[in-house]
Amino acid sequence: MSIYLDNESRVIVQGITGRLAQFHTKEMIDYGTNVVGGVVPGKGGETVQGVPVFDTVKQAVAATGANASLVIVPPPFAADSIMEAADAGIGYCVCVTDGIPAQDMIRVKRYMYRYPRESRMVLTGPNCAGTISPGKALLGIMPGHIYLPGNVGIVGRSGTLGYEAAQQLKDLGIGVSTSVGIGGDPINGSSFKDILMAFEQDDQTELVCLIGEIGGPQEADAAGYIRDHMKKPVVAYIAGLTAPKGRTMGHAGAIISAFGESASEKVEILTAAGVTVAEHPSMIGETIARSMKQFA
Amino acid sequence: MDIHEYQAKEILASFGVAVPPGALAYSPEQAAYRARELGGDRWIVKAQVHAGGRGKAGGVKLCDSDHEIMEACEAMFGRKLVTHQTGPEGKGIYRVYVEGAVPIAREIYLGFVLDRGSQRVMIVASSEGGMDIEDISAQKPETIVRSAVEPAVGLREFQAREIAFALGIPAPLVQQMVRTLTGCYRAFRDLDATMVEINPLVVTGDNRILALDAKMTFDDNALFRHPQISELRDKSQEDPRESRAADRGLSYVGLDGNIGCIVNGAGLAMATMDTIKLAGGEPANFLDIGGGATPERVAKAFRLVMSDKNVRAVLVNIFAGINRCDWVAEGVVQALTANPVEVPVVVRLAGTNVEEGRRILEQSGLPVIAAKSLMDAAQKAVNALTDGATNLEKAEAI
Repeated sequence: MSIYLDNESRVIVQGITGRLAQFHTKEMIDYGTNVVGGVVPGKGGETVQGVPVFDTVKQAVAATGANASLVIVPPPFAADSIMEAADAGIGYCVCVTDGIPAQDMIRVKRYMYRYPRESRMVLTGPNCAGTISPGKALLGIMPGHIYLPGNVGIVGRSGTLGYEAAQQLKDLGIGVSTSVGIGGDPINGSSFKDILMAFEQDDQTELVCLIGEIGGPQEADAAGYIRDHMKKPVVAYIAGLTAPKGRTMGHAGAIISAFGESASEKVEILTAAGVTVAEHPSMIGETIARSMKQFA
Repeated sequence: MDIHEYQAKEILASFGVAVPPGALAYSPEQAAYRARELGGDRWIVKAQVHAGGRGKAGGVKLCDSDHEIMEACEAMFGRKLVTHQTGPEGKGIYRVYVEGAVPIAREIYLGFVLDRGSQRVMIVASSEGGMDIEDISAQKPETIVRSAVEPAVGLREFQAREIAFALGIPAPLVQQMVRTLTGCYRAFRDLDATMVEINPLVVTGDNRILALDAKMTFDDNALFRHPQISELRDKSQEDPRESRAADRGLSYVGLDGNIGCIVNGAGLAMATMDTIKLAGGEPANFLDIGGGATPERVAKAFRLVMSDKNVRAVLVNIFAGINRCDWVAEGVVQALTANPVEVPVVVRLAGTNVEEGRRILEQSGLPVIAAKSLMDAAQKAVNALTDGATNLEKAEAI
């Protein structure tokens, strides 16, 4: 198995008529993802990339049985689109939109708590590259061909840094069960810990690679979970050792504002929890290869 | 986005937060005139810069006469104020705020932040106002009161009363404190702030609660729906390189080193800086040109990075996924042909069609040093600094 996404997933794209959304819809279909429709208010009845467009997510779910959604709409409308997906009974949603106001995300999170845990939608992102279960399905904007199918789970904030890790693994012949982007925003749908919990339960995943960066408490929370509850080995890399305190480094969430939020503190906390931390980004692949041998 | 103290006070006052009477001045003469208009016999003159720690740095002066106000202003206008938050270059003083002095009985710290742990707006308060919150949490953590606001209903009165009582506000003043707290919260929520800080919030000798200082930071991602806040942007308080970058849609942070960085993606950009440091160099900047890395963006990025006179080498690190390496390489070649640079340029491409991308760079005849991995690129950039070799020799070495 993989987590969140596989060949059973029936995917819709919210905002499918946009130029970028059309491009990535085609990429997802070419990768083999079962894209069953799209949603754009007022464009119901049209066809994009061979799939039907609906006015609302509820209509799309009723007509296609969709259970996963990619939200790729402009920032002012993204929070509303995520809530619409949650209300329509979508099980897994990826939002790639960059630039959503933080308080909109606070409202989204609060809104999702209306639903009992068992039926609550899982959201990853926003401001992420998406999720891929190599060889099965792709829900996002990443280049599918840099991932080999396999047994390493990847969870990270950054898109291109995640690609870097996947490419290094591919060059070493190591495959990936699922790669999940949780995004670079301060308020996000799922935390590192949420994703680690899913990987710990997944029988395809043997080792997890966590790619973090400066800012926020989520890497430290993840370290606590790894130390107390995780049996699978974890390899990490944390970006931003040279980032100055109090400055936002590109990602809205990448800012050191409290203790435990700098890269060196995160490395220390993760190492103390038993995580093998790669010294520099060019070594992520090798470090994973070494750990896999050690734990095999 | 940051705003000035006087602007934050004006906003908070419109939400019902009490502030001392004050007026803005652009010259010493105007400051003295404003003080006379305000009345009284004691004033505070405060330099308006986007940084905390102004008092210790000489940016806040207590004055008893016109003469003293003029003198204080002469020492401020046109100068750079260097505080522990500005960095060594400081921030220019072009406006001062004149306020009537108030008799202070107690100082309180009050802050509203976006808390990433609880994913809510968090109120942080302490009875030990006047100190930095970092110092309070280090020295008197027991005085700190925290309270997260439930987003569906907003800040409730009982919650505000709990904070007031926890801070030891006397019962007759609790209602004033509740008004202050709810006013700050509504300003935070309605205007998409990411931080509101009042330090100190004071109880005066005559039993009033007043915001003596005020700081507000706004969510850049929400400025589209608050044009009146966007208008408060003061470019004189920003690093000119960063303003230029922001105007061009690039994310740039200036640093002190001499290796310029051009990278696609924020995480990869930070990782690139780290690798340069590990190889023994110092990055001159953080620069994320976005996932796409179009030729136009690469060209803009080169102009921006080269505008930093400290830059002695440039490292370009692009992971091309959807956009292929050959296409990115064409972009680099176009940018460097149109605007040749005088320093060594190390280019590391990874991802789709990487071999083709490298071939384009090598055959371009440009003095570009190709690198395979990120570590390799960082080492080559550091070596390029120390070798002192000419660009041409570098090109032949590929």
